[in-house]
Amino acid sequence: MTQMDVTNTTETPTALGRPIRRKEDARLLHGQTNWTDNIQLPGTLHMAILRSPMAHARITKLDVSGALKMPNVVAAYGAAELGDLNGSVPCVWPVTDDIVMPGFPALAIDKVRHVGDCVAVVLATDAVHAADALEAIEVDYEPLPAVVNMESAIADGSTIVHDDKGTNTCYVYNLGGGYDEVAAKADVIVKRRFINQRLIPAFMEPRAVVAAPMGMSDEITIWTSTQIPHILRVLLALVTGIPENNLRVVAPDVGGGFGGKLQCYREEILVTQLARKLGRPVKWTETRSEDMVATHHGRDQIQDIEIAATSDGKMLGLKVTLLANMGAYLQIITPGVPLLGMFMYPAIYKMDAYDFKCTGVFTNTTPTDAYRGAGRPEATYAIERIVDELAAELGMEPMELRKKNWITHEEFPFTTVAGLTYDTGNYEAATARAMELFDYDGLRAEQAQRRASGDPVQLGIGISTFTEMCGLAPSRTLGALKYVAGGWEHCTVRLLPTGKVEVVTGTSPHGQGHETAWSQIASSVLGVPVEDIEVIHSDTGRSPYGMDTYGSRSLAVGGQAIKKAADRLVEKAKVIAAHQLECSPEDIEFVEGVFRVKGDPEKVQPLAAVAFEAFTGHNLPPGVEPTLSAEATVDPEDFSYPHGTHLAAMEVDTETGKVTLRKYVCVDDVGVQVNPMIVEGQVHGGLAQGIAQAMFEGASYDEDGNLQTASFADYLLPSAMDLPSFITDTTCTPSTTHPLGTKGVGEAGAIASTPAIINGVVDALRPLGVTDINMPAAPMTVWRAIQAAKAGGAA
Amino acid sequence: MHISVTVDGTAYQADVEPRTLLVHWLREGIGKVGTVVGCDTSNCGSCTVLLDGRSVKSCSVLAVQADGSSVTTIQGLSDGNEWHPVQTAFKECHGLQCGYCTPGMVMSTVDLLSENPNPTEAEIREGLEGNLCRCTGYHNIVKSVALAADLMGGSTK
Repeated sequence: MTQMDVTNTTETPTALGRPIRRKEDARLLHGQTNWTDNIQLPGTLHMAILRSPMAHARITKLDVSGALKMPNVVAAYGAAELGDLNGSVPCVWPVTDDIVMPGFPALAIDKVRHVGDCVAVVLATDAVHAADALEAIEVDYEPLPAVVNMESAIADGSTIVHDDKGTNTCYVYNLGGGYDEVAAKADVIVKRRFINQRLIPAFMEPRAVVAAPMGMSDEITIWTSTQIPHILRVLLALVTGIPENNLRVVAPDVGGGFGGKLQCYREEILVTQLARKLGRPVKWTETRSEDMVATHHGRDQIQDIEIAATSDGKMLGLKVTLLANMGAYLQIITPGVPLLGMFMYPAIYKMDAYDFKCTGVFTNTTPTDAYRGAGRPEATYAIERIVDELAAELGMEPMELRKKNWITHEEFPFTTVAGLTYDTGNYEAATARAMELFDYDGLRAEQAQRRASGDPVQLGIGISTFTEMCGLAPSRTLGALKYVAGGWEHCTVRLLPTGKVEVVTGTSPHGQGHETAWSQIASSVLGVPVEDIEVIHSDTGRSPYGMDTYGSRSLAVGGQAIKKAADRLVEKAKVIAAHQLECSPEDIEFVEGVFRVKGDPEKVQPLAAVAFEAFTGHNLPPGVEPTLSAEATVDPEDFSYPHGTHLAAMEVDTETGKVTLRKYVCVDDVGVQVNPMIVEGQVHGGLAQGIAQAMFEGASYDEDGNLQTASFADYLLPSAMDLPSFITDTTCTPSTTHPLGTKGVGEAGAIASTPAIINGVVDALRPLGVTDINMPAAPMTVWRAIQAAKAGGAA
Repeated sequence: MHISVTVDGTAYQADVEPRTLLVHWLREGIGKVGTVVGCDTSNCGSCTVLLDGRSVKSCSVLAVQADGSSVTTIQGLSDGNEWHPVQTAFKECHGLQCGYCTPGMVMSTVDLLSENPNPTEAEIREGLEGNLCRCTGYHNIVKSVALAADLMGGSTK
């Protein structure tokens, strides 16, 4: 096996762009971590939650008094007992003026609307007795018909999830127009319905929350396994009425998120309210079984896609009609997730018209929200699948069809039919490199050979040439889309008296390695060694300004703020250095951590000496205040647009339906890389999740609304046995709208890989008449598609 | 019930409820919070420790079953200054991101390499099948195990 070259030095100023090993790893590898569930405060009450076993029912009786008689139980509440403290889970993205926004009480009032809905809570002096006491709660349910299927939900006569609203349609959103005109001129129109199935984020660390009132003051500190401590602080203040200045939210070590911890959860509201009410620390840690029904889910769209083209393969227009499953309630950005995809359906292709329509639908299922990629994987799947179907219809080689229609590198910046302006890209370069690494021609030859010989194991080649919009986001754009917050990011850089540096960031990592990468950025500006830089994050008490981590934004937006703040600090320090060196600031240059008088190599002042002067204040220039820090808040000029070409060689046993991923190659263009080791790791993880959607994962409900995949025994997260090693490489067209030239990378792998896999499976089976495979491509699903095609039916 | 268990070199005496799982006693009984819980169906392997030198999922062992035994957790694998070669290899190969599966992944690797000092990639993947990771896609974990084998004197095939 190959061994990674050993590179572990951290000398400046070349910290930027090097695969420096992570600062985070020492504590993570020695079990010296601070997960929220590790926090044990004296006097803590442990909360356990009684959850609905029914998808839709009226609560006809709820009596928690039995629980109060159980050992070690201090309190128990249903919605009635909780009264005004029962806050409503917030949604911050009302996408249309007439959107239907039902209330979402933390504890269900009168009705439950999905399996896992919270009915009552028990607080005991230990978690075991709290859980035991749930059994002593008396609750009667009057079952109501559950609606799980989106098309049924919007049909006349359906059960209504929120009967006071009179409809299961949450909203209808339209964009574009003009498709019908271009379609009328088209030689070829291809229509497909794709099912982008429901997924479960399944971060490895279950959610946990601890809230502690601080002594006799009004302050309350909340430790929670979240991606968004800053946003959560604002939302908890709004929901609970606790003054924002009295709330401190801390995200300690957080074990993965993938969008699933981008949320203001009902459990966070309950723990906060009950700690305040009871005047004691309250703690809740979910079981995995709770997580599967109560953490928001992702994806779940029915996509009707129509593409119009000329007979020689020129794309003319695209029509996208979506049903998007909201689940039973709206959470933080539930309605907006499909809109994050809305701009991406035209992807890298030039065309004249684009119509988009999305209908958000309520069902008796767990609410959906962001999951790695959030809208863009759904869009990328649909466009890359329909392009392959168009190629088949036209009899064109699918890569040739893409080349004929994509934006060429000379055409950037390019404004797409969806209205985005892509700053840079080079699809030709990434594709050429990927095809070379893949041995594209060789595998096509093998495919032809296997087809000719009638090999029972057929070979398919799956292509995905993707781009995405990430680095959320320009605040004005978010405002135009009715999102109620901004997309800026903040950084403060402080130079300490001993020359060490604190970088205070508003991003909130949960596995990405910000402590290492942000140190590299600051090091590259300040010339201070990476190990002398401390990155402070994820605590509203220590890092008061921030918009947190999601949407591949942390480097794309937060990285800009670090660079800008560090540059400003150097400018301030230069004034002091000039005073010390008895010259004008204009005569000074700053190189590798040292101020130098231009043309006089003897006259130098290290940054650390300036730091100490700023601390003592003994000899500062007139008007300069002691201490040395600088801050910057950056609102990004635009999204960033990473892109790449992904290729999958899929072997499909036509007798059993077994699908094997034989080889996976991807070449991603994420612009300038701060730490290529971390970038590659992000790509690997994204690939695994995207491939898992195509091959393994899918949350399914029975017709009564029971989640059938409610544990890790039933929901198939891939293991090491299920995946191959990946062949990855990168090309680099620096972003022109981001000062470091960087683009986002966190979601790219998850966005690109899913259609590559399914295109490969369909490509293997196309000679048999198969034109689609529903995800996940489990053997039974594939085998049935083969049988249906053989019988002459639709796949 | 009364138990005597040595954990990371320290001898503990404790009274536990019969139903207490080893992982819960480790975390809540004696504060060994480096070992974590990731599921409730024994699928994820995050809680893996060594029980008398062999890897076990500590969620599928009762504390009373560990009576008289010796347990090694991630916190006892090395003493702060010295790194176990498996820990070194995981850092070197970026075999972790969020780090939540890492204690279990590292302890399973220690056991895997004691059984098979020269594993092939396929053997590494099979050996770690009981440990789920959501961040890395396993690519760098497999490389980490291979490097650990090299560092420990074996050589991967």
